[in-house]
Amino acid sequence: MTERGRKALLLAPAGIWLLVMLALPLLVVFVFSFGERGAAGGYVPAFTLEQYANLPARWTAFKNTLILAPLGTIAALVIAYPLAYFLAVRCSPKWRTSLLILVIVPFWTSILIRSYAWIFILGGRGLPALLESIGIDDIRLINTPFAVLVGIVYGYLPLMVFPIFVSLDKLDKRLLEASADLGSTPWRTFRQVTLPLSVPGIATGCMLVFILLMGEFLIPAILGGGKVFFVGNALVDLFLQSRNWAYGSAVAMTLVVVMLVTVSIYMKFISRLGGQREDVSLM
Amino acid sequence: MSVTMQTIAELRGVTKTFGNVVAAKDLNLSIGKGEFLSFLGPSGCGKTTALRMLAGFEKPTEGQVLLDGEVVNDLDAHHRPVNMVFQHYALFPHLSVFDNIAYGLRQQRPRVDKQTIATKVEQALETVRLGGFGPRRIWEMSGGQQQRVALARAIVNEPKLLLLDEPMAALDRKLRKEMQFELQNLQRQLGITFVLVTHDQEEALSMSDRICVMEGGSIVQVGSPRELYDMPRSRYVAGFVGTSNFFDATVTDSAADQITVRLASGQKVHGTPEIPIDAGQEVCVSIRPEQITLTRALPTAEIALPVTIQNRIFLGEHTEYLARNEALGDFHVLVPRQAELNEGTFNAGEQAFVSWGEGALLILEK
Repeated sequence: MTERGRKALLLAPAGIWLLVMLALPLLVVFVFSFGERGAAGGYVPAFTLEQYANLPARWTAFKNTLILAPLGTIAALVIAYPLAYFLAVRCSPKWRTSLLILVIVPFWTSILIRSYAWIFILGGRGLPALLESIGIDDIRLINTPFAVLVGIVYGYLPLMVFPIFVSLDKLDKRLLEASADLGSTPWRTFRQVTLPLSVPGIATGCMLVFILLMGEFLIPAILGGGKVFFVGNALVDLFLQSRNWAYGSAVAMTLVVVMLVTVSIYMKFISRLGGQREDVSLM
Repeated sequence: MSVTMQTIAELRGVTKTFGNVVAAKDLNLSIGKGEFLSFLGPSGCGKTTALRMLAGFEKPTEGQVLLDGEVVNDLDAHHRPVNMVFQHYALFPHLSVFDNIAYGLRQQRPRVDKQTIATKVEQALETVRLGGFGPRRIWEMSGGQQQRVALARAIVNEPKLLLLDEPMAALDRKLRKEMQFELQNLQRQLGITFVLVTHDQEEALSMSDRICVMEGGSIVQVGSPRELYDMPRSRYVAGFVGTSNFFDATVTDSAADQITVRLASGQKVHGTPEIPIDAGQEVCVSIRPEQITLTRALPTAEIALPVTIQNRIFLGEHTEYLARNEALGDFHVLVPRQAELNEGTFNAGEQAFVSWGEGALLILEK
């Protein structure tokens, strides 16, 4: 077999998968987005821009997604970084594995069940009751943007911790000694050596969490109580409840475009942050 | 180190233990200003621990580390006027060559102005013959160049002590030789005190003013390369500094300045040991391969032993012979080119005599 033939064979399974599971459905959605809703729902072929003209009706869903997805990513980063730093740099190797497993453990249970647990914690008999007992009254947590934020940070934290942990774990600890040797205080060493060298991990973690959050629908549905909904919820509603496939397709296409634009801006920013470094390659 | 030399750093009764492991045991050493000192020994002998205590990465368990007359046991590495060239250089991969070298200057408070930093970095680059390489990325540099960057990054801060942790271990033989000369020149040119850690005797011998030989966490002998080579105190030092032939012997007579020992072959030889030795003690005698003369005719020397030539290795300017004596065993003999031309080449199986001049034989602690 020729070298090219071997390469083609290696790429074939993934290529076919992408074609059937991604490219074709995307094409279908693209075509549907110019069609019309049938009388009994579903799709009737047509060529109209009416669905796109109707997008502002779902503006709130886009707004919520575009605020809470970046906010959730940043919140997850702020919580995950110190944890990953502790695990990779400070923690004794004896404890490291057990603690890493603890980070993964939540993944063993369905996100649905874990989110339901948060309904109780944030609901009237949970935290608010606790706050009331110390004199802080009338705090409503459940079914607010805050509840959704807590839910997504909780759900996506491990996805942020791991890439950062890996990049910090790979970090040559002798560089930290070299920095100290050259007169740098521990805090400056962190800023000038540790942080820049963990940029690849931060970038990967943020990307992973952000992209997944843009399509999230379960957590807003459960913890937002229908008051805080994402584009994902709009899609569920349009495809499964009101069966307006054409309009749903237009919303979905718009989400894809928005996502591509935000991600490419983000990539530009990150590659500038990473300088012309060889080790920052994101995708 | 001459008596008048000013002391820049000192170890006073320094011991370092890691758990149950004693890495360094009661080290006493003073390092003179402007000298080139090497810690020499195999891995695990405590030389790196000694260096790391000077750098401030390890705190001594007992004893004191002094820099410029002050006890610095509790002074963190980033406060010590000491810089290190790390074994694998530990250059910052996210910074350019310029920024790597400027790193130390930029940590100084009050801040050093940009212009001064630029000038100093350029100078340092020139010193290590890397002028114009400032904007390069680290991964674009070869191993030898990275080593120079590491050197420049340290010397640019004009440290009181420059510590070098096996700096040439990652270089190939030819480059290593070149770097040895360069390091030595650099040290004279800058007048900075260099403290080198190495397991390579050749490296230590060729560059150092003084060598501190270590074994099992302790200092076994300190002296100039010549002193260590000519007057090793123990078999360990003689074996680590240069190569030698060692034979067991028993002391038969011990006088104030001369003792007599009996070789296994029955001959008695005289010598002056570096350390006090009593009659009856089991000792070890050492003869350097290049101090042995190989002849066909019985020589007139005090002691000449008959040998059979076993093997011959041509080394260019020398030929090395392996010659066996029935009673003592194998002798390594190094015959210079000229002597070989006079005496002719010996072949395996040939009978010959080994002999040596007065003072060639050293009596050592076993």
